[in-house]
Amino acid sequence: MKRLIDCAEILRSKNAGPMHMTFDIVFSEKSIMEQIEKSGVLNKRKIAEVYDVYETDVEIIYYETVNAIKITIPRKDVSGSIYDSDIYGCQQHLPLANIEVPL
Amino acid sequence: MKIVALNGLLGYGYDRSALYKAFEEKVDYLGVDAGSVDPGPYYLGSGNSFTERGAVKRDLEDALLLAIKNKTPFIIGTAGGSGSMVHVNWLRDIVKEVAAEKGLKFKLGLIYTDVDKGYIIKKIKTNKVIPLGKQLKLDENQVQKSVRLVSQIGVAPFIEMLKAGVDVIIAGRACDTAIYAAPCILNGFDSGLAFHMAKIMECGALCADPAAASDVMQGYIRDTYFELRPPNPLRRCTTERVAAHTMYEQSNPYYIYEPDGVVDLRKSIYEQVDERTVRIKNSKFKESEKKTLKIEGVRSAGFRTICIGEIKDPYTILRIDELFRLALVFVHENIGGGISKEDFSVRLRKYGDTTSGTGIGIIIDVVGKTQQIADTVCTLVRSKLLHSDYGANEITPRRKSTAGNIAFPFSPSDIHMGEVFEFNVYHLVEVEDLSETAETVVEDII
Repeated sequence: MKRLIDCAEILRSKNAGPMHMTFDIVFSEKSIMEQIEKSGVLNKRKIAEVYDVYETDVEIIYYETVNAIKITIPRKDVSGSIYDSDIYGCQQHLPLANIEVPL
Repeated sequence: MKIVALNGLLGYGYDRSALYKAFEEKVDYLGVDAGSVDPGPYYLGSGNSFTERGAVKRDLEDALLLAIKNKTPFIIGTAGGSGSMVHVNWLRDIVKEVAAEKGLKFKLGLIYTDVDKGYIIKKIKTNKVIPLGKQLKLDENQVQKSVRLVSQIGVAPFIEMLKAGVDVIIAGRACDTAIYAAPCILNGFDSGLAFHMAKIMECGALCADPAAASDVMQGYIRDTYFELRPPNPLRRCTTERVAAHTMYEQSNPYYIYEPDGVVDLRKSIYEQVDERTVRIKNSKFKESEKKTLKIEGVRSAGFRTICIGEIKDPYTILRIDELFRLALVFVHENIGGGISKEDFSVRLRKYGDTTSGTGIGIIIDVVGKTQQIADTVCTLVRSKLLHSDYGANEITPRRKSTAGNIAFPFSPSDIHMGEVFEFNVYHLVEVEDLSETAETVVEDII
């Protein structure tokens, strides 16, 4: 087992507007992405669990053009609201980065 | 047709020689995005720009000179960072200042995109509002609380302004894509290609290798494809970088949503033409039946006072959560002085690893109905945290560092953050006419 961040070229989070957070995981080779896809560990339930959001609000898209997986979730606190701690949402990837994948 | 993006954001700077190099060929249009919603709600609320005046002026100098000298229309979107009337006028004054200093004469077009409360309330009453998330509920009461409301326009008002023959456009809140797609669509190019090219170009050379939002990008649109190539010889466009950029800050990499339709990128083809040029084709635009504009609005959340500190003592760190709880209970029980619990909120933020043995950072974050209330609450929380004798009734672990729990780096310890704003409108509204929120003014700069 490996942490997801250790298998990826790029693993980042960023606002997609102030209401949503989007994660990009880019792999150096298609085979790595396919292995992760096949393993089934990176599913909506897992994302919902590590980010404490509803499973039905999680979107996962495989962007094969660049060997990437894109995940989008609603923000718990709208960007800039008084409880927010990351206005740009660019340091919210840790729970995703730490997911263990069978590689 | 050739379009040049000055950079990813007006005020970020760019390589001067790259811009001059871009103008060695005929440039049909020059564009720049001047704003973003990313820095948060404060800037729309306060009317300030998150970009700095001096930096914006410096970026405009060569750009305006080259555009006017070469008769290249210059299109600026989301003026002043947030694109409300005060932001448009702020940028207009800087443009006029540069024009006067350089002796430039041109026709200036302003596009205001503010909307009034009545406009949104009418949309609510006629069921023309579409939420973009579950977090914000929009009703008449929320609209009344908004201090400023802007609509994010698409290509339509830009096309009308370009048809009117203006040389420089300063627009309020606008889709980043509209800046670059409008001139392409006006000249009869395919909308799918126009929007896709615009989507990649709007960040300047951020799609290049090495990437930089602070440099120039060139787009060439033809009948069946478009090409991207940075003028700066130190950068290049590669299919990987360009395709990867398409998904940046977007919730879905296969679609670009515009006020008048959707661009489908599922069949887009990326080709490496030469070492530094990427060609893209097959991006398809589909017009939507319902035309929509996004509305952004913010309300005041109060006034903020913060205090920054550090805790190093291992026993205090061990009991940090208890210490925080004691301070919060204390302030709620002892506030008095005409201040009620509804008049303020406190967040005790901790930074760092409590198990590292090297100390952690804390921020006392208070938002009050007035600055005075925030100050009073911050003072109470700070003094309680500083001297709280946690663990007093227990045998172990007792507090050992009894002189004070927090290291303050500054005197004064408390900092005014001023008025705080929150998004309270971030919704789509259905429109009859995509220019219905745009008000245009044309002036001759002489």
